[in-house]
Amino acid sequence: MAAESILLRFTEGAGTADLDAYLRAGGYEAARHALTALPPESVIDIVEQSGLRGKGGAGFPTGRKWKFIPKGAPVKYVVVNGDEAEPCTFKDHLLLESAPHLLLEGIILVAYAVGAGRAYVYVRRECYLGRERLEQAVAAAQERGFLGRDIFGTEFSLEVIVHTGAGAYIAGEETALLESLEGRRAMPRMRPPFPAIAGLYGKPTVINNVETLCHVPAVIRLGPEAYRALGPPALFSVSGHVRRPGVYELPLGTPMRQMIEHAGGLRPGRRFKAAFPGGSSSAILTEAHLDVPMDYEPLQQAGSMLGSASLIVMDDSTCMVRVVARAMDFYKEESCGKCTPCREGTVWVSQVFERILHGQGRMEDLDLLVHISGGMKNGACFCLLGDSVPPSLDASLAHFRHEYEYHIRTGRCDVEERIAQVPAGSHSRDG
Amino acid sequence: MALLQDEAREEIRRLPDRYEHRQSALIPALFVAQREAGYLSPEALREVSDLLDLPLNEVVAVASFYRLFFLEPVGRHLILLCTNLACMLNGSEAIKRHLASRLGIRPGQTTPDGAFTLRESECLASCHLAPMMLVDRERVGPLTPEAADQVLERYRGR
Repeated sequence: MAAESILLRFTEGAGTADLDAYLRAGGYEAARHALTALPPESVIDIVEQSGLRGKGGAGFPTGRKWKFIPKGAPVKYVVVNGDEAEPCTFKDHLLLESAPHLLLEGIILVAYAVGAGRAYVYVRRECYLGRERLEQAVAAAQERGFLGRDIFGTEFSLEVIVHTGAGAYIAGEETALLESLEGRRAMPRMRPPFPAIAGLYGKPTVINNVETLCHVPAVIRLGPEAYRALGPPALFSVSGHVRRPGVYELPLGTPMRQMIEHAGGLRPGRRFKAAFPGGSSSAILTEAHLDVPMDYEPLQQAGSMLGSASLIVMDDSTCMVRVVARAMDFYKEESCGKCTPCREGTVWVSQVFERILHGQGRMEDLDLLVHISGGMKNGACFCLLGDSVPPSLDASLAHFRHEYEYHIRTGRCDVEERIAQVPAGSHSRDG
Repeated sequence: MALLQDEAREEIRRLPDRYEHRQSALIPALFVAQREAGYLSPEALREVSDLLDLPLNEVVAVASFYRLFFLEPVGRHLILLCTNLACMLNGSEAIKRHLASRLGIRPGQTTPDGAFTLRESECLASCHLAPMMLVDRERVGPLTPEAADQVLERYRGR
């Protein structure tokens, strides 16, 4: 836990989905302060000075994003990206379910800062409980005057509308989300124009991730310096082969090794093998990277990325070929079909993995994988979905080529064979 | 003759009020139709198209893009078994085999009695429960074969 928890303190125990519980925890005070004592520009400045960056994966500076919104436009929108679907990322679901008012307070602050009168929250369809709690929170906040007309006796009014997707990972890409919200297939749009200029219905639109907005009340309450001094804090989703998988609030820059300890460590008798530091779209790291700070720049220097801050831990019972095959299958399944390198590339890669895992691989398949991966890089794909294929594929070929070769040579898995020899007591359930 | 009841038709007609453009109501409207009719048959799609005054080909294009719209009948209960990385690392493959053999179907199929449709799912953002599944709106995990059986029993009669 960070020195002072700014997010998880609203989700712990019974959480703060209940409005009175949220108020008892100091809820809506930051919004009240901003609306009654700060001009909108100051709110943007404070957020910019805090260094807050988008938590959906891209890490774009939040304050700068808000500054792009043209001041004079008559209609502007706030769109909240609650379409959390990056593999092994589960922080936004927790916030929606246990702290929906924290999100609403963040929405009030961004809407006030950019001058928007309406906000849409796009919640992933499968997040049933989160949507239900958020809808209840909107109704309660409206009834008590935190949303609606003349909030806190000011002239600022805000309407919040909850909308759901229908099952498509690509809808988490911000321009695809706008397409989906406008009732079409979720396929990414050409940029420019950027959503800040022409977003929802062609109007200036701020799109922020759920967690990003949940940081904003604390940024306002604490001020930029005190907020930064807390790390700054971030939510990390830790999953895989750890004893206590879960969402942890820790300072940005906490090394992987420490994060694994927070999550209860590895299982008895197992050794660390590899990890995705930022969801399955980030390049796989190995033991040599255990002390790299989990922050934007250090992870980039290590050849990976922070992404959605989702650490997927794999111990020595893991077959890397199977893991990457599953990740590739995901991209194949979720490719929207708009651009050829992604639509075709993901299918080809999956076919090669299918072959290797069924004992029909050929050594030249490894060159073929490198070749296909190369064809999906350097802007070949229309959006980040296709760009997400090469990092983990390349990293696995670089660090674990011998596992691929063993599969191809023998038609068997050396990891499974080794695990089969380990006494039953320390047997992992890995398949 | 209308497939959807008057109430559902009225609900769909009101949906566009929440948006600047009428078409934003399409996804919510398709969910209303699916809730009422069980799945999106060609007739249901045509009614949504009429009610929202949108071209039928646009309605079909959207309905066929998203995974949670059913263009064919499904079981009374939908099982989404997550097999993405965190669940896979924690044994979802064994749970998949177990569910398939208990239900006598392969993922993607519906039991002959119409009780369950079994689907493999991408990450359901509940990795602290891995391996897990979503049965209708309920999250269940960490799953063992026994826990999975109990859930099936609970839902079978509903």
